[in-house]
Amino acid sequence: MKKTIGVAAAAAAIALTLSACGGGGASTSTEAKGEINYWLWDANQLPAYKQCADDFTKANPDITVKITQRGWDDYWSTLTNGFVAGTAPDVFTNHLAKYPEYAKKKQLLALNDAVEKDNIDLSQYNEGLADLWVDEDGKRYGLPKDWDTIALFYNKKMAADAGITEEQMKNLTWNPQDGGSYEKAIAHLTVDQNGKRGDEAGFDKNNVAVYGLGLENSGSGQGQTQWSFLSATTGWTHSDKNPWGKKFNYDDPKFQDTIKWWARLAEKGYMPKLETTVGASVADNFAAGKAAINSNGSWMIGQYTGYKGVEVGIAPTPVGPNGKRASMFNGLADSIWAGTKNPAAATKWVEYLGSAACQDVVAGKAVVFPAIKSSAEKATEAFKGKGIDVSPFAQHVKDETTVLVPITDNAAKVEGIMEPAMDAVVSGKQPASSLTQANEQVNGLFK
Amino acid sequence: MTTTTARGAVPARKAPRGAEGTASRGWRRNHGDLKVALFFIAPAMIGFIAFFLVPTLRGIYLSFTEYSILGDPEWIGAKNYEAIAKDPLFWNALAVTCQYVLINIALQTALALGLALLMQRVAKSTLIRGTLLLPYLMANVIAALLWFWLLDYQIGIVNYLIEGLGLPRVAFFGSEQWAIPTQALINTWRHMGYTALLIFAGLQAIPNHVYEVANLDGASPTQTFWKITMPLLRPVLVLVLIVTVIGSFQVFDTVAVTTQGGPVNASRVLQFYIYQRAFTESDFGYGSALAVILFVILALVAFIQMKFLRGNESDLD
Repeated sequence: MKKTIGVAAAAAAIALTLSACGGGGASTSTEAKGEINYWLWDANQLPAYKQCADDFTKANPDITVKITQRGWDDYWSTLTNGFVAGTAPDVFTNHLAKYPEYAKKKQLLALNDAVEKDNIDLSQYNEGLADLWVDEDGKRYGLPKDWDTIALFYNKKMAADAGITEEQMKNLTWNPQDGGSYEKAIAHLTVDQNGKRGDEAGFDKNNVAVYGLGLENSGSGQGQTQWSFLSATTGWTHSDKNPWGKKFNYDDPKFQDTIKWWARLAEKGYMPKLETTVGASVADNFAAGKAAINSNGSWMIGQYTGYKGVEVGIAPTPVGPNGKRASMFNGLADSIWAGTKNPAAATKWVEYLGSAACQDVVAGKAVVFPAIKSSAEKATEAFKGKGIDVSPFAQHVKDETTVLVPITDNAAKVEGIMEPAMDAVVSGKQPASSLTQANEQVNGLFK
Repeated sequence: MTTTTARGAVPARKAPRGAEGTASRGWRRNHGDLKVALFFIAPAMIGFIAFFLVPTLRGIYLSFTEYSILGDPEWIGAKNYEAIAKDPLFWNALAVTCQYVLINIALQTALALGLALLMQRVAKSTLIRGTLLLPYLMANVIAALLWFWLLDYQIGIVNYLIEGLGLPRVAFFGSEQWAIPTQALINTWRHMGYTALLIFAGLQAIPNHVYEVANLDGASPTQTFWKITMPLLRPVLVLVLIVTVIGSFQVFDTVAVTTQGGPVNASRVLQFYIYQRAFTESDFGYGSALAVILFVILALVAFIQMKFLRGNESDLD
């Protein structure tokens, strides 16, 4: 018995030394070669990035890229588990709402040195996109890959039947008191079971056939596609500063008035009640002819224009009290995991993903707007080639009417508080003033 | 349960005595079969230690820490528990879970008992008995999704039928009043066949001569049910109740694939709240503390049921 233990111990010791050598060799490697694991969540973009990977390997024969696509719901939990277990990908698509926590927990590799050494031109990206990925200590954790804004998708036939011209749809105005021509259009596009329109006498708000405006959900604390394009035109901001706000403003009357106006649309019968939105998606209901207008993001262009038998128009978001339009501006980037065995090759791949060479390929597939200005223009052309005018989305960037997605610590906890609070207001269970209390809770997270 | 294990152990202890006769008999009687016993227990034991004991102990430890999975747990004493006592969402989750368990267990047990009686007296074909079990063979998530679509407000067939009857559509998952009852009903539908099968097995264990005697004494069917069937079924019913109540308290998948805690907090059951705190908000210490509380609640519930319903004694002996 003792003898065998001795032999086993010796064998283990040898194995240990061997693996130590191997491990040491791999982790200190500064040579850019080997296999890189890359993750993304959007299946629509997979073909574009496969193309990028092939082109990249052609230019760098020593490096191969293995791409894995996972659905949004699994993506983040698998990634977190990977961080803990040491099996996370070398490079992955990162989201603004997620990266602050990863950066804080030291899971991301800072790219400052690489950007400096390899002379990456940060001005090639659309304004502000590159800076979104710099934390409070000045460390850069990603190179921008694409961006998105908000616009109104509308049913062209319904608008024509209601006598609303394309010109009118493109020049809507809004204010939190009477809703402006935006509410007028929504009311006029609403039709009840008897064929009466929302702004006509005898309209039955309890038996609506077509809602003027679709409802996805309450928008939680961000309201990216639901209400942020309205609240931003009142001069309201989510937090005291962005990125890295420490005090939120959900107690501001400007915000609460916006939400009050929006929630009242459901009361008037112009928008579905919140309780009816659990289930089929807002876009599917739009396609089924249950709503005339949907506010949604540019990543949904493919879905809205893909429905058969529905002619879809795209109009810019309405002009608000400040005389301008507004849209939330969100961007994705590629980040490197701090635990990568191959930082040199990973950096090379990230730089390639952030270069015009790859982003032009993505642009050509007409699925999203790449971060590089010239590539984004190519994407607009590609969309035009498919017969889709996406200028209402691009207009926000051109006119500089974008508002950055709130980037903050405790993002998940803020959502945890704001989601039920907003649900209660939009479903009419609580007045908009109840958001003041939720705001206190949110601000309590930062003390 | 306890009696059967004790009984089962007796022959096992006897066997090696004959085989290895002579020296230090007393010691051998107690320990000679230890190795063999361990060999047979090992597979279950390893599973129990690796998947139950260690995670439970670790969970209890983590409940006294602040831990965000990335990084190390930091000992903070009973702070998580203090925060939970003051957390309105926890108390809400407890109330919502109890509401769910009440509806689910009351309906499920009553229906299962009825089905079991039918299976014993009327539906004797194996095909029909087997059919009752079908919903249980479906994965939880699939059952939830199936009903999620059937009961959809806009495009669900159930609402289409309701409207056809001239009644207003019902937001089964979207309204605060309906969210929990709907999910309790879905799981009742899924589990009642299986529960009925367990009770049916209990019914078959009741000796026929008891019924014959009751019949001779002129007892009515109602009297027979309450005076003979129910008392003799009690141990099985208690076991079924303990298992189903524990299962019911742990409702998670139905909520996760349908309402995700909403509308507002109407369906934020304890298990979903634990998941939300731990995996969505990376607060594993707080989540562990919630899980420990759920563990204590379930232990108490099982204990009370055993104690007051005398589940470990049978009236047959």
